Amino acid sequence: MTSEVATGDRANEPGFRADGTWIGAAVSRKEDPRLLTGEARFVDDIHLPRMLHAAFVRSTVASGHITSVDLSRVLEVPGVVAAFTAEDLDLGDITPRLDRPPEEHTETSMPILARDRVRFVGEPVAVVLAEDPYAAEDGIEAADVTYDVTPPVLSEEQALTPGANAVHDEAPGNVLLDVSMFASDGIDDVFAEAPCVVHVRARAGRQNALPLETRGVVAGWDARAQQLLVQTCTQVPHQVRTVLAGSLGMSESTVRVLVPDMGGGFGIKCVVGREEIAVAAAATRAGRPVKWIEDRKDALSASFLAREQRYEARAAFDETGRILGLDVDVLCDMGAYSCYPFTVGIEPLMASSEMPGVYRVPAYRVRGRAIATNKAPTAPYRGVSRPQHVMVMERLVERAARELGLDALEVRRRNLITVFPYTGINNVTYDPGSYLESLNLCERVLADEGWYGTQRSVAEQGRVLGIGYACFNERTGYGSDAFAKRKMQAVPGFDLSEVRMDTSGTVVVTTGTMSHGQSHETTMAQIVADKLGLPVDKVKIQQGDTDRVTYGWGSFGSRSITIGGTAVALAAGNLGGKLLDLGAHLLETRRDNVELADEGVQQRDDHDRRLSYQDIADVAYLRSHLLPKEAEPGLQASASFDGVGDGTFSNAAHGVVVELHRDTGRVEILRYVCVEDCGVAINPQVVDGQARGGIAQGIAGALFEKVTYDENGEPSAASFLDYKVPTACEIPDVAMHHIETPCLFTDNGAKGAGEGGTIGAPAAVLNAVNDALRPAGVELNDTPITPQQVFDALTGALEVAP
Amino acid sequence: MKPPPFTYHRARDVAGAADLVAELGEDAKFLAGGQSLIPMMNFRLARPEHLIDIGGLRELSFVDAGPEALRVGSLTTHRTVETADLGTGFDVVREAMRWIGHLPIRTRGTVGGSLAHADATAEWCLLAVLLDAEIVVAGAGGRRRTIAAGDAFLGFYTTLLADDELIVEVVFGRPAPHAAVTEFAERKGDFAVVSAAVDLDVGSGAVAGGRVALGGVGPAVVRVPEAERVLQAGGRACRDLFEACADAAAQAVDPPADGDAGTEYRRALVRNLVIRACEEAVAR
Ligand SMILES: Cc1cc2nc3c(=O)[nH]c(=O)nc-3n(C[C@H](O)[C@H](O)[C@H](O)COP(=O)(O)OP(=O)(O)OC[C@H]3O[C@@H](n4cnc5c(N)ncnc54)[C@H](O)[C@@H]3O)c2cc1C
Repeated sequence: MTSEVATGDRANEPGFRADGTWIGAAVSRKEDPRLLTGEARFVDDIHLPRMLHAAFVRSTVASGHITSVDLSRVLEVPGVVAAFTAEDLDLGDITPRLDRPPEEHTETSMPILARDRVRFVGEPVAVVLAEDPYAAEDGIEAADVTYDVTPPVLSEEQALTPGANAVHDEAPGNVLLDVSMFASDGIDDVFAEAPCVVHVRARAGRQNALPLETRGVVAGWDARAQQLLVQTCTQVPHQVRTVLAGSLGMSESTVRVLVPDMGGGFGIKCVVGREEIAVAAAATRAGRPVKWIEDRKDALSASFLAREQRYEARAAFDETGRILGLDVDVLCDMGAYSCYPFTVGIEPLMASSEMPGVYRVPAYRVRGRAIATNKAPTAPYRGVSRPQHVMVMERLVERAARELGLDALEVRRRNLITVFPYTGINNVTYDPGSYLESLNLCERVLADEGWYGTQRSVAEQGRVLGIGYACFNERTGYGSDAFAKRKMQAVPGFDLSEVRMDTSGTVVVTTGTMSHGQSHETTMAQIVADKLGLPVDKVKIQQGDTDRVTYGWGSFGSRSITIGGTAVALAAGNLGGKLLDLGAHLLETRRDNVELADEGVQQRDDHDRRLSYQDIADVAYLRSHLLPKEAEPGLQASASFDGVGDGTFSNAAHGVVVELHRDTGRVEILRYVCVEDCGVAINPQVVDGQARGGIAQGIAGALFEKVTYDENGEPSAASFLDYKVPTACEIPDVAMHHIETPCLFTDNGAKGAGEGGTIGAPAAVLNAVNDALRPAGVELNDTPITPQQVFDALTGALEVAP
Repeated sequence: MKPPPFTYHRARDVAGAADLVAELGEDAKFLAGGQSLIPMMNFRLARPEHLIDIGGLRELSFVDAGPEALRVGSLTTHRTVETADLGTGFDVVREAMRWIGHLPIRTRGTVGGSLAHADATAEWCLLAVLLDAEIVVAGAGGRRRTIAAGDAFLGFYTTLLADDELIVEVVFGRPAPHAAVTEFAERKGDFAVVSAAVDLDVGSGAVAGGRVALGGVGPAVVRVPEAERVLQAGGRACRDLFEACADAAAQAVDPPADGDAGTEYRRALVRNLVIRACEEAVAR
């Protein structure tokens, strides 16, 4: 027997028991016991001997040239051990690359510590190491940094004003990305001749992804391994290794990135942060391990942010409500720097390619721009652009329905894609989904619960209720081809998995994805257990260790279960093939007369003739002289998987009932219904959890959270007093319903489920609010919607929309 | 978000605490529940060199509810008051507690800390002003004095309290069976955008007077004599009267505009919250 490596799908050969034992089971999360009993280990729980604590001297001005950095007084502070400037550490910049021509994209670099210029309040200028975090903060206070302040660029208007200060000298007009795509022939004629053209102008507030666990790292030289050991909470351990090694001028083999338990990431941790590199470099210089835990103030003001976008959109419709054309200009305020590996293109490119969404759009034109401003930089945040552009698309549909005097759900139905595969005007091919079915079910749930009647009857008492929907899809499982279309120079996509069975018949499997709360230890184990006929607790997942996992692209873009899960399934399948080979040999029967069952290999024609996995492992490891001559000892296998074509599209419909309180303007969500279709749910409880958490973040964006600055660029929402993350009291219970349209290319039919909740919520909430405001004749399209705006709208203090 | 260095002292009794703070001077601060002081120190907005922890002074933690008066010790937590039986005359005090922060904050934060911190929307300040409470304070050398709540709150986080004075207790000397506190905030547990409290004199379906206090309309909580005059004029306890009272209150104030709320919106909130408070008060 030859060893089996790389890809293969022997799982589909006869002999595998894929009877659904584990796939689809609401297995209790394997992570929970340690999380719930305080035994999980997060970065901040790591304490190393001789460990120092880092704090960063950060820019106090939004824009300027550094004229001097004097750290002499820092070193006099009791407890401070060392302090380094950019010059001291001499590190390479982070330069995210896009393979696009200069007229489309301007490449910029982010230094690890600011050298000559600062571009936002909070930008790290120097790092201070001390015996404890208190002394480290005393130390940063003693730093003396002087600036030659220049007027900051804080809004898109300021950025685009001719003659505005350039945030980066390379981009004098502050436009870092400017792409115009899909300009359909004759689109101007379509708009000129259309019976109905509607416009939506919308702005989405800047937001913070806000994982409960802020960013953090513990780094130190491991003399025994001759490696820099970097324990950090990242969604992308291998990418951190690559950038860190490059910046420090080290070989990647001398860096090990290890990820402990994580308390969320939501995208903010799927880019490489400058602090983790600075801390690693400082630890190397100091010859002692160093810990840095980002405090909430820095997390809110100096971390990675997202979502600040402005849309000018118009859509043309015929009299029956059919979409004739879509014309969109989207401007994304990406802040001061481009993020690695996704670049400043992350939001505008996503909006440009995905905007048509679930609808048949015959003519399309889009211009997407990323602009630089003197605010903290941005990173992909759960949903990436889709929460915003779905909102805009859904507002366009609603507005058209109003103009045409049609029912908005009916207008949606007339435009939804119902025949699959469907290749859109955006050159994207959509795999089968349940766009129409999910919308119909969502409407039926709210109707059956009597909300339409309630809305009418309470109106007589003067109460104001609104019902709103959102209908959308979400591309998940982007493979290398799909990412290559964006022209990123670091192209994520595939995943590798290695699996081995030990002498006790227990399986260990690696994944290149990185759970930061999504339960991979449970769901991936279910996949393997299902393939091999094992109990879930006999499968252990290894992730987040660059020495143990050959390579991985981590977790983002709802890729883990589609791509990582399929790689894991294929690897397990290959191991299963080996077990069958060996089993047949040892049972002295034909290969096609054996099958996997109940933790062993059994003869098909005689179930009493069987060997347990332990029996087989016993031979494979301890009595390898009994193996067939050509067989290698041991039980291990591997596989890789890459997304197919344009990826797979999950979809959902959300339905929301809100009440607007006349006396305060408060928006109260009375009912929230989510009908989701993520294909085969490996673990429905986990899927529900992902949807609920996502919806909470979507509601946060629609009604509560906004990162704000004063006129000097000083963050003015740097604590939870002002950055209004909603609490459990503001977030309603969500009624979950499921439809299952299996993915055709993932091993078990699963599609991604990580982001949909966040994507649908803003649109559904906005539509509900605007439904309620209909009698007032006002529309609100900017998020977050504040109580004051609602109050003003209800009392006629707002101008009536055109 | 770590405070600068400070010296920690633990007070053994009220007299000792007052003497110590006098001795250490203005760089010393009392530490009660720490729910306002510690966050300010973490942001390095407050930088006391000495903290005098009064948390161990058990004698300051009490609720003494009689039919005619309610005395609450300064170290009593909001949560203790929230779960105490105060009788119908002072139920409004108990009910107001749920508006303060979240449960963990209420289990640590104290009455005295709230009064001394004097946030412009603090519920304790609102109650004290509404119900004409008296704040008993101790100074060095066994000195004691009583401050009328109406005189106590001077402006943004500023009170009549001297740096070296310790709040001992707050005394509510007049039962308020028809009083209510209500608020609006974007999130549960937030400091109010606007808070409104009323205490009505109600007899056989008619209002014969009352008091109105507001938070969030200026640098400190205020009483609104213009609105009280409407109640004084009296009338049937009905919506019309409450609206007249609320209109008077809304016209009397000139609330600040900030990121959360503009002046006119706040004024409208004043009106609607005063009506709501009146309706709740009369329904008792
Ligand atoms: C998230 C959050 C939400 C909150 N929401 C509300 C809210 O909605 N409404 C509200 O009213 N409060 C709110 N608070 C504040 C809370 O009520 C505090 O408990 C209170 O303001 C201060 O009480 P403390 O015992 O914690 O005082 P500390 O923080 O210990 O002290 C506060 C100040 O009072 C001084 N002090 C304390 N005790 C005395 C005393 N006996 N004599 C003299 N001076 C004294 C201290 O020296 C210090 O200057 C909130 C706090 C947080 C963190």
